[in-house]
Amino acid sequence: MSGKHLNLKLKIWRQSGPQTAGSFVDYQIEVSPDDSFLEMLDELNNKLESEGKEPIAFESDCREGICGTCGLVINGQPHGPIPKIATCQLHMRNFNNGDTIWIEPFRAKAFPVLKDLIVDRSGFDAIMNAGGFISVNTGGVPDANEILIPKEIASASMDAAACIGCGACVAACKNASAMLFVSAKVSQFALLPQGKPERFRRVEKMVKVMDDLGFGSCTNTYACEAECPKGISVTNIARMNREYFLAKVKSKELEV
Amino acid sequence: MVKLDSKIPEGHISEKWTNHKFNMKLINPANKRKYDVIVVGTGLAGASAAASLAELGYNVKAFTFHDSARRAHSISAQGGINAAKNYQNDGDSVYRLFFDTVKGGDFRAREANVYRLAEVSNNIIDQCVAQGVPFAREYGGLLDNRSFGGAQVSRTFYARGQTGQQLLLGAYSALSRQVGLGKVKMYSRREMLELVVVDGIARGIVCRNLVNGEIEKYSAHAVIVATGGYSNVFFLSTNAMNCNTTAIWRAHKKGALFANPCFTQIHPTCLPVHGEGQSKLTLMSESLRNDGRIWVSKKKGDMREPNDIPEEERDYYLERKYPSFGNLSPRDISSRSAKEVVDEGRGAKGQEAVYLDFEDAIKRLGRKAIEEKYGNLFEIYETITGENPYAVPMKIYPAPHYTMGGLWVDYNLMSNIPGLFVLGEANFSDHGANRLGASALMQGLADGYFVIPYTIGNYLAADKPEKLSVDHAEFENVKKQTEDLTKKFLSINGKQTVDDIHKRLGRIMWNKVGMGRNENGLKEAVNEIRELREEFWKDVKVPGNDKDINQTLERVGRLADYFELGELMAVDALNRNESCGGHFREEYQTEEGEALRNDEEYTYVAAWEMEELGKWKLHKEDLQFEYVKLSTRSYK
Repeated sequence: MSGKHLNLKLKIWRQSGPQTAGSFVDYQIEVSPDDSFLEMLDELNNKLESEGKEPIAFESDCREGICGTCGLVINGQPHGPIPKIATCQLHMRNFNNGDTIWIEPFRAKAFPVLKDLIVDRSGFDAIMNAGGFISVNTGGVPDANEILIPKEIASASMDAAACIGCGACVAACKNASAMLFVSAKVSQFALLPQGKPERFRRVEKMVKVMDDLGFGSCTNTYACEAECPKGISVTNIARMNREYFLAKVKSKELEV
Repeated sequence: MVKLDSKIPEGHISEKWTNHKFNMKLINPANKRKYDVIVVGTGLAGASAAASLAELGYNVKAFTFHDSARRAHSISAQGGINAAKNYQNDGDSVYRLFFDTVKGGDFRAREANVYRLAEVSNNIIDQCVAQGVPFAREYGGLLDNRSFGGAQVSRTFYARGQTGQQLLLGAYSALSRQVGLGKVKMYSRREMLELVVVDGIARGIVCRNLVNGEIEKYSAHAVIVATGGYSNVFFLSTNAMNCNTTAIWRAHKKGALFANPCFTQIHPTCLPVHGEGQSKLTLMSESLRNDGRIWVSKKKGDMREPNDIPEEERDYYLERKYPSFGNLSPRDISSRSAKEVVDEGRGAKGQEAVYLDFEDAIKRLGRKAIEEKYGNLFEIYETITGENPYAVPMKIYPAPHYTMGGLWVDYNLMSNIPGLFVLGEANFSDHGANRLGASALMQGLADGYFVIPYTIGNYLAADKPEKLSVDHAEFENVKKQTEDLTKKFLSINGKQTVDDIHKRLGRIMWNKVGMGRNENGLKEAVNEIRELREEFWKDVKVPGNDKDINQTLERVGRLADYFELGELMAVDALNRNESCGGHFREEYQTEEGEALRNDEEYTYVAAWEMEELGKWKLHKEDLQFEYVKLSTRSYK
């Protein structure tokens, strides 16, 4: 498998804490093209540690593109140049010998940098806490096959549910909007019969917290969809807008 | 004095749980809010437990070292979750799922626990559907199923190749709801470093705040640990980078018994190692074995491309050796068979790898059907290897994946320390010596949704534990102990990095405490682990300080625990003079090379008590097989 090693110049964002200013620092590295991008950073960190220097702080966990922990902006693109993968799935065979690679954290007002390449994405949890669920307690639910769901509906719901909550959509958006993330969750539940009873409550509550946290608004550039590692479609945003509009109309009707 | 009491209820196996639920003490709904419960870990077991307990009215404090509860490693499970629904009308039943799981575990699990697991499996599917988990459906709108290893019925529910993700997000959404309602206080970016035990009872935990380095104290009426498994002792495994044994190991050092530590599962279908720079191994779902055929060349050292090897020169060794289960043979058997053919020099192009081939399935079902079933897995494979699995067979090889061993618990999932409960992969209870595919998700959610909500109430009502203030002297002691350990790590200032030493430990574990074990190798392993541990404490280097995010500091503490656990794994493997499930002692095999159990002497759970480092006392819990008669496992 292994081809020739690549010599690369890395320009990596270093920032010691949330309150301090950061800057790009240059590193030189030689890697195997079979290495993953994060394995390259592991090797660089191992070298820094052996020299007694502080390694570059970055987050990752599953390294299989599903946990959503990793997220770097690589040469200006969240999760790097290859579409529909997370940073951890990017492999060095996609780069050329002699390349310069710029590596920086996701940047958004609602995602403050904690250290180097680590950002705080707890805003996503706050949105989920507000309404990202179906209100059922454990136990006392009907048999699973009593709820019939057409295959296409289950499939469309699954398409939306595939979101890994990484935040690339926010990082890609010039307004730092979280609409793709929020609409994916709203859609997953709005499409399913189980999610219908509280569909309006849900969308209103989630959107309110999203706005309160300082995420921007959507201006339909579709950058979020282009950079989403799971290919979550912007049609979810359209669906959420419809849900939200209906919710507002309904709440007016109820007031009358 | 440690005394093991499994507390298995009386009665016929099918009535034990029902009777037990009736006999357990209850807490009045209005009184539940007077109790605080700590839940460490937010994977399937932890998140489902935290949400369910909060729904009942308890005050829950949930802890995760991740930035969000949703990142827990349960999310990576691909294939599916078992349940005895018998929706396929193919002869499944609670009893059959129980039977398959006991047999699959090679008769080293507790029957009563396994039966309960099978019993509540159906409730899990109902619960998840109600939460909005988008399981795969048939055109008629009913749920679809697929088959998994070790079963001859189709009982696995799935959501594309992302079942773990969807189930975890379901549990996470239930947890989020309780956080929003204020019934769960969520502590993210906290790593549990110690269990606080006062007068022999679990009273709370001490954590490191991973952002500012503060050592924090938390107390409660009961502590639940659901922190997963310890496969990362091998350095390279399919576990996520941050999975570790620290929470359960430190609890072990505070007196909790560690059961069957040598029972580790080496998963047969992972991507082979690509080189020295590798940080982690990737699993390809076992569901691929539904349609993929596993083979190697009949010739040693065959360097031809796989597509150039004609049919008659291929050895479909699983189909040949185990005709009735074939490519769907259980994981331990499939992994060992792969090692055998590679050891014979018949690995794919001379590598430590075998082929997983979809050519026949594509011919039979069409490329579109294969794409629909496995599309995302094929994409993952191509992304990582740069090879197209529709055209060239996949290359796979076994890798450490799951640990059946864990903290000893009784039928109520309580450890031998009153007030300390252990759920999911972190306990030892349900899978014996080998776990069947699609059973980990089932166990995690069974423990969290349907077992702990009952058994914790019984403990609180019967034992009436008092909650201690975190100002109690023992909390202070434990905090100080933790801070001293941190200072020690930072002051060693040696020459080797944490990862370099961890890789060396991993090689000892993989070579001598891995897929094949023998007496000499295990004795060598104990010595080598001890030597390397000494070197570690003298020569490890941890840059940075303890006042902010310091990921090297996080890893060094975990590695220190792996050194101790690694030794116990070897000690346990050395004690168990038999082969069973994932524990294969080369001295104990049949003429055909199959695992040879010794039921006379080893039908017990080996629960280890640490007396001092390097010295453990063995406690035996004898296992009774009243319903599934002890027999040689055969998948031929």
